[in-house]
Amino acid sequence: MAACIKRLDRAMFSIRLLRNVQLHNERSLSTSLHRLALDSEPPSKFTPPVKPVIIDKTQSVASLRKFLSPEFVPPRQRTKPVKFTIERKDMIRRRKVLNIPEFYVGSVLAVTMTDPHATGKNNRFVGICIQRGGRGLGATFVLRNIIDNQGVEICYEMYSPRIQQIEVLKLEKRLDDNLMYLRDALPEYCTVDTDMKPHPFSTTGEVPVNKTKVRMLPKPWSKRWERPKFNVKGIRFDLCLSPEQMEHAQKWAQPWVEYDMLKEYDTSKLEEDIYAEIQQEAAAK
Amino acid sequence: MALLHHLAKACTVLRVDATSLTQHSAFSVSAVSAAIQKMTRVRVVDNSSLGNTPHHRAPRVIHVYTKNGVGKVGDKVLLAIKGQKKKALIVGHKMPGERMTPRFDSNNVVLIEDNGNPTGTRIRVPVPTHLRKMEGDYSKLLAIASRFV
Repeated sequence: MAACIKRLDRAMFSIRLLRNVQLHNERSLSTSLHRLALDSEPPSKFTPPVKPVIIDKTQSVASLRKFLSPEFVPPRQRTKPVKFTIERKDMIRRRKVLNIPEFYVGSVLAVTMTDPHATGKNNRFVGICIQRGGRGLGATFVLRNIIDNQGVEICYEMYSPRIQQIEVLKLEKRLDDNLMYLRDALPEYCTVDTDMKPHPFSTTGEVPVNKTKVRMLPKPWSKRWERPKFNVKGIRFDLCLSPEQMEHAQKWAQPWVEYDMLKEYDTSKLEEDIYAEIQQEAAAK
Repeated sequence: MALLHHLAKACTVLRVDATSLTQHSAFSVSAVSAAIQKMTRVRVVDNSSLGNTPHHRAPRVIHVYTKNGVGKVGDKVLLAIKGQKKKALIVGHKMPGERMTPRFDSNNVVLIEDNGNPTGTRIRVPVPTHLRKMEGDYSKLLAIASRFV
């Protein structure tokens, strides 16, 4: 019985293929012949073509983690969050067309964007994500790489229509949420191979944390990273600063800030709501 | 006297070490906030002999050929380099430009003649693609670029 059904299926498939071939032939006929045929029989009623469903097959493994992209969480500003609700709708619509994968600061990404001036109109840049910024539709992320001994950074707008593809080549976190200090670190820490193959990663469980601590260039840095304001954990301060200097940096510590109740912003409830809303919208299609 | 001499030699050795360490981002304290303006120290990134022979003074911008005096990628500047005046084209700066355009770790320029032809024969670092907007005027300069980002 099963074999019979299988054979029937195959037959149906071949018929379908044949029909496709016929369609192709019709399309490739010369226009003059077509016009003759039109004259003889009345034109059939116009049926609009089926809207194509765009499925991104490059990222076959979608993450199964419960992950909410940080730009969905609105800043604490308005009493009526209408603006954020509308923006969220647009973001979900964009995400239906473009696959924006789960990634973190410290992950290695490859971004393809359209560029009218580049060869082939496409520009692909590979780099380590050193910062994520912005909320809502204006969300950005910064990729950094060293090409020909020249540090290059590009700030991408996540929801820009110019972006064609975002690939995660290596999914990992670092010790910090902002890696701007890589600008002042030795160049080996942000050098990424341009032809890097994507590393396989598990779709469940915790995201691996890369616990490397970077060595820095000699002192005039773009910022004083030892200050408590930055709270940097990924720098080998013992190699570049003396204990006295580290002690001196604590002069700018503000240990009372974490107890400031006016600055408290608990987003866990909000995140749950937004996550549910996104799931619902994505299912509604 | 001999001791002093030794000390001086040690100092120079130290300085050479420091430069070799920071060679990718040549020590620069020029203001990032205003892209490239007068008195900005810049890095010459082509292989011309004028831009690559070491000199005790880094090349400086002494004029920017724009209306507001701030130079961005694609603007022409006048450099004071090795005691002479030379025109150059900005091909990258530290200050972040528009979104989706590259930002570099140093202020890069390429030396050009008065008629717009490049002095060197090769550009050693990547060049932003939106410089191609100026294809008509600087096509020879863009032709010697090794890589675009």
